[in-house]
Amino acid sequence: MLDFLLRVFGKDSGSSRNVAKERLRLVLVHDRADVSPQLLDDLKEDLIKVISNYMEIDEKALEVNLDTSDKTVALVANIPVLRMKRTGKRAEKIG
Amino acid sequence: MGEVIVITSGKGGVGKTTTTANIGTGLAALGHKVVLVDTDIGLRNLDVVLGLENRIVYDIVDVTHGNCRMKQALIKDKRFEGLHLLPAAQTKDKTAVTPDQMRELCDNLKKEFDYVIIDCPAGIEQGFKNAIAGAERAVVVTTPEVSAVRDADRIIGLLEAAELREPKLIINRLRPLMVKRGDMMSIDDIIDILAVDLLGVVPEDELIVVTTNKGEPAVLDGNCRAGQAYRNMARRIAGEDVPLMDLEANDGFVSKLKKLIGFK
Ligand SMILES: Nc1ncnc2c1ncn2[C@@H]1O[C@H](COP(=O)(O)OP(=O)(O)OP(=O)(O)O)[C@@H](O)[C@H]1O
Ligand SMILES: [Mg+2]
Repeated sequence: MLDFLLRVFGKDSGSSRNVAKERLRLVLVHDRADVSPQLLDDLKEDLIKVISNYMEIDEKALEVNLDTSDKTVALVANIPVLRMKRTGKRAEKIG
Repeated sequence: MGEVIVITSGKGGVGKTTTTANIGTGLAALGHKVVLVDTDIGLRNLDVVLGLENRIVYDIVDVTHGNCRMKQALIKDKRFEGLHLLPAAQTKDKTAVTPDQMRELCDNLKKEFDYVIIDCPAGIEQGFKNAIAGAERAVVVTTPEVSAVRDADRIIGLLEAAELREPKLIINRLRPLMVKRGDMMSIDDIIDILAVDLLGVVPEDELIVVTTNKGEPAVLDGNCRAGQAYRNMARRIAGEDVPLMDLEANDGFVSKLKKLIGFK
């Protein structure tokens, strides 16, 4: 009720509160995407482990990067596949 | 064995020193043994906020360099038996103390005190690294502004990188009326963005200036809203479960309107 009144008499959607929130969200997307090379290396190692359960990949050619554009950040990975495993993870477990 | 808590923010002037003085005094008022450590070397402040500026003989650099014993440098508060201050050096620079020396200092202090509360300087360089070196828990102070919250986010990242996990957040200088009006980020907005737990919320309060002028922390003023917020936080740190206070009480138009409509 009170919120409603304030919305009617106030200026909610274009309010400076919402502007602040949106600007903060964007600036933090960029700040947080500025991660250390160490973190990317760790991520790479983990990726290799997981993907190797399913296919054989060219570990040396593997590239992992964070692409930041104006409003979004994307994790972009280029992973050359050398060979597919026949039945994936389960086959490996059985032996 | 006591606990070492560092009060940080990243951005300057958001209320670290005010927070350290008030939470420390609040904990001492609850009967705990507390030492407040000013690590803002070159910009000593905590002494004035506490009203202890005339009693300083030795400082933190004297202690870490062995010019005096720790006990000699500690200033006893006039009001509370358990409250002590270890002042910053005023004439040296931030490199006069190293993180290793801070770790040793904190280890020694926590043998004597229930709470060692460290007032961190603004920024993320040496002064910050010193301040967090010996800490086990961290509190991050912010105001409801884009730049302060952004810096808080950076600090939270650095704290986590330094293995100081799960820092607690204080939102200072909140103006409930502005939030209602849509002109200030709300508690939830900020918590949402930073994804950390809240230690407390301090309203904007003129009495902070008045009490700081007098060198008597607001926490001692029974009528002060900000003081109430700090009393609550001291109890939370000591392990009590205290609900957030109603920030809108006495807040003019909104509370009157609420009463009129029959809320609350
Ligand atoms: N809740 C509040 N209401 C009104 N004024 C406040 C409040 N909190 C802090 N202030 C005022 O803001 C100013 C800065 O506070 P304080 O010195 O505690 O910040 P700080 O983070 O320690 O600054 P620095 O980064 O320079 O060390 C002081 O003048 C203080 O009185
Ligand atoms: Mg300060």
